[in-house]
Amino acid sequence: MNLAPRLSVGPCQYFWPRQQVERFYAAVADGPADIVYLGETVCAKRRELRPEDWIGLGRDLARAGKEVVLSTLTVIEARSEMGVVRRLCTNGEFLVEANDVAAIKILHDAGLPFVTGSSVNIYNAATLSRYHRLGLRRWVLPIELGREALVSILAEAALPAVENEVFAHGHLPLAWSARCFTARYHDLPKDQCGLRCIDHPAGLPVHTREGERFLTLNGVQTQSGCVCDLLPAWRDLADAGAGILRFSPLPEGTIEALQALRRAIDGDANALTALAERPAETCDGYWFGQPGMVRRLSTI
Amino acid sequence: MELVCPAGSLPALRAAVNAGADTVYTGLRDATNARHFAGLNFTSQSLAQGIEYAHARGRRVLMAVNTYPQPKGWRQWTAAVDQAAALGVDGVIIADTGVLGYAADRYPELPRHLSVQASATSAEALAFYREQFGIRRAVLPRVLSLAQIAAAARDSEVEIEVFGFGSLCIMAEGRCLLSSYATGESPNTVGACSPAAHVRWQDLPDGGLETRLNGVLIDRFQAGEHAGYPTLCKGRFEVEGRIGHILEEPTSLNTLELIPELLQAGIAAIKLEGRQRSPAYVSQVTAIWRAAIDAARANQRTYRPQDDWQRTLAGLSEGSQTTLGAYHRPWQ
Repeated sequence: MNLAPRLSVGPCQYFWPRQQVERFYAAVADGPADIVYLGETVCAKRRELRPEDWIGLGRDLARAGKEVVLSTLTVIEARSEMGVVRRLCTNGEFLVEANDVAAIKILHDAGLPFVTGSSVNIYNAATLSRYHRLGLRRWVLPIELGREALVSILAEAALPAVENEVFAHGHLPLAWSARCFTARYHDLPKDQCGLRCIDHPAGLPVHTREGERFLTLNGVQTQSGCVCDLLPAWRDLADAGAGILRFSPLPEGTIEALQALRRAIDGDANALTALAERPAETCDGYWFGQPGMVRRLSTI
Repeated sequence: MELVCPAGSLPALRAAVNAGADTVYTGLRDATNARHFAGLNFTSQSLAQGIEYAHARGRRVLMAVNTYPQPKGWRQWTAAVDQAAALGVDGVIIADTGVLGYAADRYPELPRHLSVQASATSAEALAFYREQFGIRRAVLPRVLSLAQIAAAARDSEVEIEVFGFGSLCIMAEGRCLLSSYATGESPNTVGACSPAAHVRWQDLPDGGLETRLNGVLIDRFQAGEHAGYPTLCKGRFEVEGRIGHILEEPTSLNTLELIPELLQAGIAAIKLEGRQRSPAYVSQVTAIWRAAIDAARANQRTYRPQDDWQRTLAGLSEGSQTTLGAYHRPWQ
């Protein structure tokens, strides 16, 4: 049996007004998360908070006892965007989560340790070992991999000091594009989008033509329609080697889910029951080697 | 500028060579490459014959090993690299960091090309792969604009290859899991998107047709409407009461008119998509691109794509529409 897993709050994937961001992280500061990832990982045009603002927020959270990690942009196209990535990588204060190989290069050149996000494709032990030699300290399992891959990668790589994190709660980031699907929905060109994502704090829900919730549009990112919920399987995740379980921020329910899992880990057998009564459609298939949209576990 | 053409079979490889390809890219008949379709691709024997045919005519053959192996598949992927080296291909196209490391360590003399599936979008990313694995060339994602491609070519010490024609992925390659979300199988894991084994075509009583992927309704067509393959991102879905192609219309990339700009940008190679297409398709498309590149080279200022080239390419395209894709985007 492994140690109790630590809980993390992943970078917020949505574009929220500044006040909402501040309210959310004030609640995170008072909540049970151990690690908090900060930064804009989806769209460089979202600038309610600048790199300096994220770093300031990080200091507040560090004072509240949280381990803070800064997260970088996932699809980097322009030189100006690389400037922001570089600024975060060389912040001199906090560990950095690299969401693209470009950030790994900058961090490695600077001799800094790093975390890799789920969009860095680590599908086998050779890849994990290579990045470890370059400074990887922690990695997030790619979204479409599950228990079997994690267990065999860890067994083969045999890197006991590396920390393993698994996406356990929230809408799954499934795809990235240079095109903006929120702007497309509003019939706006991407360069004149009016930052419409700010009107969709949980993204735009996509249904099939027979009413099944399928995907979520979030600017240049496409997410799962269902909320991934691996909380009832937390022991299984920990046994497989996941030392950290990630919660991806939602406008509502993330803090409650964190609190419920903390209570469950602390021994409250009924802690997750109330959570299961929430209406959101959930999925957990990837962890069990199934299509990601499938729900394998009973809700409790 | 090198013309790199697709071949999913020995007849297609011969067709590409005969129609003027400088280089033909191929893959083995398994999940180690990103066009893993039933009945497609090469055995060692057919690839050996193809290499012999191309080399006898002064052309090159590349082999793609460009999916992402998990531990249970690791030996199959390294065996594919071993085979590429043993067969004497002119280069391997690789996406996975572990496989790149294997190829660089075992076969330092075998040229390594970074696959589009690695989604390297910046000079920093290209420099990383060059420093770590000595890549000779990188295929850039179809998400970049021409200005961004030109900047990458200027700032990078590796050769740059771009897509010129064929099916258009609207997502960053190697970073799209839509297919495995619905079916459990993705380009990264099995080399196929929206795999045929999960597709159902259902006739409707009114003469219409529904397409489903592992039960998920991807599109519904009226009687007589052209029904496309249910690739996930090309389906029609509903957002806040509106139904439509919420991600992408079914179109194809065609950059024939940009050849002079690509030449000026110092692009080393243009790649045509379509290893899954027929020898006849490969022959037609290759011949047009051969003629176009030769014409643009002869005189960049007066070069114009001929109308009959464009008509033929449009007729061969998915959805019979073509687009410049991201290449002509003036904005970031």
